[in-house]
Amino acid sequence: MPTSPSDARDLAIVGAGPAGLSAAATAARLGLTVTLLDAAPRPGGQIRRHPAPGLRTGPPDPSLRRAQLHPLVRHLPRHHVWSAARGETGLWTVHAVTGDDGDGERPVRVTARALLLATGAHERHLPFPGWTLPGVVGAGGAQAMLKSDLVLPGRRVVVAGSGPLLLAVASSLAAAGARVPAVVEAAGYLRYARRPAALAADPRKLAEGAAHLAALLRHHVRLLTRSAVTAAHGTDRVEAVTVTRLGPDWRPLPGTARRLPCDALAVGHGLVPQTDLATTLGCATRRTADGTFALLLDDDLETTVRGVWAAGESAGVAGERAALAEGELAARAVARRLGRPAALSPALRRRRARLRAFADAMTAVHAPGPGWTGWLPDATEVCRCEEVTAGRVRAAVRDLGARDARTVKLLTRAGMGWCQGRTCGQAVARLTAPDGRPAAPERRPFAVPVTLGTLAALDDTPHGKEPR
Amino acid sequence: MVLAVSPTRPPDVIVVGAGAVGAACAYHAARAGLSVTVVDRGPVAGGTTGAGEGNLLVSDKEPGPELHLALLSTDLWRELADALPPDIEYEAKGGLVVAPDAGRLDALRALAAAQSAAGAEARPVPAAALRDLEPHLAPGLAGGVHYPQDAQVMPALAAARLLRASGAALRLGEEVTALLTTAAGRVRGVRTTRGDLHAPCVVNAAGAWAGSLGRAAGAGLPVRPRRGFVLVTEPLPRVVRHKVYTADYVADVAADTAALRTSTVVEGTAAGPVLVGASRELTGYDRTLSLPALRRLAAGAVALFPVLAGVRALRTYAGFRPCLPDRLPAIGPDPRLPGLVHACGHEGAGIGLAPATGLLVTRALTGGELPAWARAFRPERFATAPKEPRPETPTPPR
Ligand SMILES: Cc1cc2nc3c(=O)[nH]c(=O)nc-3n(C[C@H](O)[C@H](O)[C@H](O)COP(=O)(O)OP(=O)(O)OC[C@H]3O[C@@H](n4cnc5c(N)ncnc54)[C@H](O)[C@@H]3O)c2cc1C
Ligand SMILES: Cc1cc2nc3c(=O)[nH]c(=O)nc-3n(C[C@H](O)[C@H](O)[C@H](O)COP(=O)(O)OP(=O)(O)OC[C@H]3O[C@@H](n4cnc5c(N)ncnc54)[C@H](O)[C@@H]3O)c2cc1C
Repeated sequence: MPTSPSDARDLAIVGAGPAGLSAAATAARLGLTVTLLDAAPRPGGQIRRHPAPGLRTGPPDPSLRRAQLHPLVRHLPRHHVWSAARGETGLWTVHAVTGDDGDGERPVRVTARALLLATGAHERHLPFPGWTLPGVVGAGGAQAMLKSDLVLPGRRVVVAGSGPLLLAVASSLAAAGARVPAVVEAAGYLRYARRPAALAADPRKLAEGAAHLAALLRHHVRLLTRSAVTAAHGTDRVEAVTVTRLGPDWRPLPGTARRLPCDALAVGHGLVPQTDLATTLGCATRRTADGTFALLLDDDLETTVRGVWAAGESAGVAGERAALAEGELAARAVARRLGRPAALSPALRRRRARLRAFADAMTAVHAPGPGWTGWLPDATEVCRCEEVTAGRVRAAVRDLGARDARTVKLLTRAGMGWCQGRTCGQAVARLTAPDGRPAAPERRPFAVPVTLGTLAALDDTPHGKEPR
Repeated sequence: MVLAVSPTRPPDVIVVGAGAVGAACAYHAARAGLSVTVVDRGPVAGGTTGAGEGNLLVSDKEPGPELHLALLSTDLWRELADALPPDIEYEAKGGLVVAPDAGRLDALRALAAAQSAAGAEARPVPAAALRDLEPHLAPGLAGGVHYPQDAQVMPALAAARLLRASGAALRLGEEVTALLTTAAGRVRGVRTTRGDLHAPCVVNAAGAWAGSLGRAAGAGLPVRPRRGFVLVTEPLPRVVRHKVYTADYVADVAADTAALRTSTVVEGTAAGPVLVGASRELTGYDRTLSLPALRRLAAGAVALFPVLAGVRALRTYAGFRPCLPDRLPAIGPDPRLPGLVHACGHEGAGIGLAPATGLLVTRALTGGELPAWARAFRPERFATAPKEPRPETPTPPR
């Protein structure tokens, strides 16, 4: 590819969430030229993208604002990165298309000496009867909706699934005026008590959780642990949900179901690291405590592919403060590799280790138990894009010799639709793996779809310079 | 995992590999009354069968043994389409080979005439009539040849359905680590990661990995992986009706080179996505995405069907064609190791050629003679003759 080194930046960062912004700010401070690409129109990532009037997320860290304005940082919003590759000159090329989803696609590329992937995470969905009804929304999605334009998914919103995000979502919903009859959490919070050491590592996080709990109490929100929404009911829209008690392995306990009226359900079962770009580059992953895959990093946050770093949730779900710390650590490591003086910052490393240990303990507590498939009857659709039911997935395993999500995809089309398994992949993988634990991460060579015209003109793609 | 009831006494034959070729061998062997166990280290269709396309072509075969095998397979696939569930997506859609200029058209027509003489259906299509067959084809092509016998299946489902119909015992997630032999030098089974399995015959249908299966027992084959990428688009209404490819494809298949070669192969599928191929390169078992390969595939597709320029590719994948030095498969008993029967090395045609391969293998398993034309596939041809590259086809390479 004809790339003159003069076009090259020191560092290309994919993802302008807390991790990417923190890395950009640090790198610029250390004198590196940075290009920061993000699919979203505004920086801030999942939690800071929308300045939320009246909500407790607070204004973005001032250093992040600075990152955007720093003359050495070129921020390219609305840039969907579909691939990254190492060119013949040893430089990294990041390939993106511009525009909001679906319109005005324009190819752009950015070349850089180092690459940092700060692509965050997406929500995990475990299906149940009725999960495709209008009024059923992702928990994180509900939070984002609320922050962006203060739209409530309903007036009476049940919050369900598993993970610390549920408490945050419920307290935001309640603060914004929704009635939240219950937060239905599949894990038992008592399990936290079994991991005191790791949890003591991050008292602030515990305090945060306590604050959410207090807020919920104030709003008369009930917290039902060891329980799940095992069905949503309604014809045009959700009207009620069935809540069932769970055994320790998440198997629904017979005779414990009861109905809870509502007009919306916000449901999420934790987050899954977004590793598509990295795994296509050959970066190795590690299996996390909840059976997903996160990027494997060394102490300098470099992936197993030399020259590629990662920070934030793509390396494992650990929250905003871990993302900020990792962004800074990674940027320092990049600077050192490029021959700039940058201190090691052992204190920051220790802080990161603490936050990670806390997050890993939390991830273990909220790991989906294998019994969840007990609330998934054969007739329930698992893949919405291709309308594939749980029964067909099970038949592919039982009768046709599938043993992983990839083969199920080939045999049933589950995960072949527009979302490429981003919604159903976790469920399919867990339904399929012989022990319920997927053996390898899903592979998506294109992180976002790209037109054949763009691919065909790859060698003539202009360099991304100025934001539009 | 053992899917079917495993027989208490040893099976008559163990098939190594649950791809299209192994599945077809199991199917035909079972129909001939043999009891069959299929062993695969992965799932069904987890190898190249799940990473390629499902064209059943006569159009790309040169007259001779390979075309023989293809024509036999064409008939067998038609019968299988009736015998197996419809989800194998068999479609007798026909192939259209196009030539961009007069020189390549002459060569294509010459090939077609020879194929016709050997029993294939091949109908020259003048430039003006190309768009009657494919309305979205780019203008300016010199002409083409229509092959009505070319058809298509969904390879993974075809393999899975063949295996299920065979009733063979399936042992998945179990890797074969060695062949077991008797003191007299006969096969007596396989050693796997879970123990020993005994059978008087073993079929090597291990695809791109088949070369090493018999090596320790002195019955290796020079199979190499020839990597190919496929681009898959978003679902479309029928924009591409046939399998459409450029005349260069045949030369690419035959080419004796490690470097990246691409020719343009475009086809619609029953489910809507359009598949774009075909690249060929010898890079070992390396799945790393190659943007240069994808660029060339996309450019070729857009040149042939300009409407595809605005269509999105949702995914891409790489597969390893099992490739022998002369690009012909190895089918038949291995005289170096009695009891071992090879069924591998089908390069880019293993789906199409699977049923006829299964039939020949079953003939060998039941002690029958293979027909004279099948001598070209004898596994021992590599043990004796020095490696001589196969001559290029009449199609002049680009
Ligand atoms: C839906 C959702 C809601 C959440 N809500 C909360 C909350 O309310 N409270 C809370 O404490 N935590 C919340 N979290 C968790 C929170 O996002 C993390 O703790 C933290 O923000 C992680 O920061 P990050 O920089 O690693 O990733 P993110 O903030 O996720 O940033 C990643 C960025 O990368 C971009 N990106 C990814 N792939 C590409 C690509 N191929 N091309 C271009 N850009 C790309 C994304 O657009 C995104 O802006 C939420 C997470 C999710 C998924
Ligand atoms: C991009 C591309 C496009 C293609 N398009 C077409 C097409 O249109 N039409 C066509 O006919 N062909 C096509 N092919 C070629 C076709 O896919 C192959 O020829 C065919 O799949 C080979 O089938 P197989 O059963 O021999 O091998 P495979 O499907 O690879 O099966 C071999 C099996 O053996 C197993 N195995 C290997 N070693 C061991 C061991 N030691 N122990 C246990 N199990 C083992 C593997 O796990 C694997 O499942 C294409 C190939 C590619 C890459």
